[in-house]
Amino acid sequence: MKEATGLKEIIKPENLAYRRSEVLVDNTLSYCPGCGHGTTHRILAELIEELGLQSHTIGISPVGCSVLLYHYLDVDIQQAAHGRAPALATAIKRLLPDRFVFTYQGDGDLAAIGTAETIHACNRGENILIIFVNNGIYGMTGGQMAPTTLSGMKSSTSPLGRDVRTMGNPLKMTDIVATLQGTYYVTRQSVHTPANVRKTKKAMRKAIEYQKLNRGTCFIEVVSNCPSGWKMTPVESNKWMEANMFPFYPLGDLKTPAE
Amino acid sequence: MEKELRLMKGNEAIAEAAIRAGVDGYFGYPITPQSEILEYLMEANPFESTGMVVLQAESEVAAINMVYGGAGCGKKVMTSSSSPGISLKQEGISYIAGAELPCLIVNVVRAGPGLGTIQPAQSDYFQSVKGGGHGDYHLIVLAPASVQDMADFVELSFDLAFKYRNPVLILSDGAIGQMMEKVYLKPRKPRATQFPAWATTGKPESRKRNIITSLDLDPNGQEEFNHRLQAKYAEISKNEVRFEEFQCEDAEYLLVAYGTSARVCQKSVQIARDNGIRAGLLRPITLFPFPSKRISEIGSRVKGILSVEMSAGQMVEDVMLAVNGKVPVKHFGRMGGIVTTPEEVVEKLKLFFIGG
Repeated sequence: MKEATGLKEIIKPENLAYRRSEVLVDNTLSYCPGCGHGTTHRILAELIEELGLQSHTIGISPVGCSVLLYHYLDVDIQQAAHGRAPALATAIKRLLPDRFVFTYQGDGDLAAIGTAETIHACNRGENILIIFVNNGIYGMTGGQMAPTTLSGMKSSTSPLGRDVRTMGNPLKMTDIVATLQGTYYVTRQSVHTPANVRKTKKAMRKAIEYQKLNRGTCFIEVVSNCPSGWKMTPVESNKWMEANMFPFYPLGDLKTPAE
Repeated sequence: MEKELRLMKGNEAIAEAAIRAGVDGYFGYPITPQSEILEYLMEANPFESTGMVVLQAESEVAAINMVYGGAGCGKKVMTSSSSPGISLKQEGISYIAGAELPCLIVNVVRAGPGLGTIQPAQSDYFQSVKGGGHGDYHLIVLAPASVQDMADFVELSFDLAFKYRNPVLILSDGAIGQMMEKVYLKPRKPRATQFPAWATTGKPESRKRNIITSLDLDPNGQEEFNHRLQAKYAEISKNEVRFEEFQCEDAEYLLVAYGTSARVCQKSVQIARDNGIRAGLLRPITLFPFPSKRISEIGSRVKGILSVEMSAGQMVEDVMLAVNGKVPVKHFGRMGGIVTTPEEVVEKLKLFFIGG
């Protein structure tokens, strides 16, 4: 009883260092414990709230683990066919140019089946934000090889490890879109430490501001983990990501505005 | 304002009618024999005059998904293509049907299968009226038989699409797309400024968020949704059947044909009657919903029905279902991009039903 009163004293609005964003719906997340999707959602929700964009946001969810994005973000959302989110976003932004339009896509969706839509939306310089969560694997369908799966990395369709001689090389989609004239800001971030969360949030805030200024496509890759698909604990998966993913997918800006 | 008289190709008429009907967006990809639609719109540059967005997409797949995105915002959006391109769009069309989005898709049909040829055909009937992509769904399918129809059906399509939240397909062919005729064009209507309550336009505080999706992982929910879709199709079938009759009153033999074949068959009816054969023609204007009831009524008082289509015989199955064995039904049609002649139709009518 005494303890409860003590807690009540502590949990007061002025003492809150952290709260759930109002743009984040109070639903149980379908993501596995330790997965980076939840954190990436939170960053996006916080920014939509902080920048007062809730009434002006239209998001597009992909096919993949984040297909149910519309269960978690309290904004208008369209669910796209596999890989086609940038095509939807193109039309939405052209028809409603004053709205904030973003796609949220995984590596299978964006870098395999949706390669054409991704490249051409970026090449046209569509004034949209593409958030690309890259965990090197197909999570939702049960851990199959993705276009971004590292050389030698095991998955359910590369059980002996990815043999690049027969299975192709891991695709650096972010590097490709950085070479296109239509992209304005291209960066690769992660959300596995508080410092990286802050950096990703800063990058995303910049991208949203650039969209207001009609500057072209902004593209943010979030290199993430997949504890279930990689068959590791969350802690192990983050360590593995640092040791293996980051050397091939180095964090940092790939294209920044010349200002 | 008066209606304006112009001489136009069918493809051009669709494009001009789209601008005048207040369409918000067109998303296309070049393919013969319908590229004039995109070309005409690019030349007309309606973005400057009405704000209509016209975009050449990187593929048919991207174009139909742009239509999904625009339709999800409650905008009047459309795409057009020809047979191989429509096959590519089928995934997107299934999603659009599943998300119950209104839009217009135009198919200026060419002969297939595969790359086939660029000449006109009617071999996409099954794909158009039975679904086309995966899952249980129907499009509302309109079959123009003239350049005038091409122009008039644009506005009709959007009226039906928004009334039922359902995609509408104009099933044309290379002949109607390419030929020139006089056409009366309606005055330009302004683009809509109000949007349906379900549209994703940004969530104001006054309402819950809008979600456009075709996903329901719960089988019970998905089955319930399927029942709702089927109820909608039943309602459409009840209200929206359209057809045209030509000398059916005293007919002993009935021709059933749509689009280009219906034009050919009008002449066949004349030739048959000149030869003492009382033929009549029923031209379905909607292929889904199909005028089954009317065909059954006429079928019960004629000696034979000849279904004429530029295909191996697709619509003939629906004609057979309509009369359910009451009267003999035969099919005739040329394939591969060859347009049937009126004389050939009369010959077949004699051969199948009269002898000699």
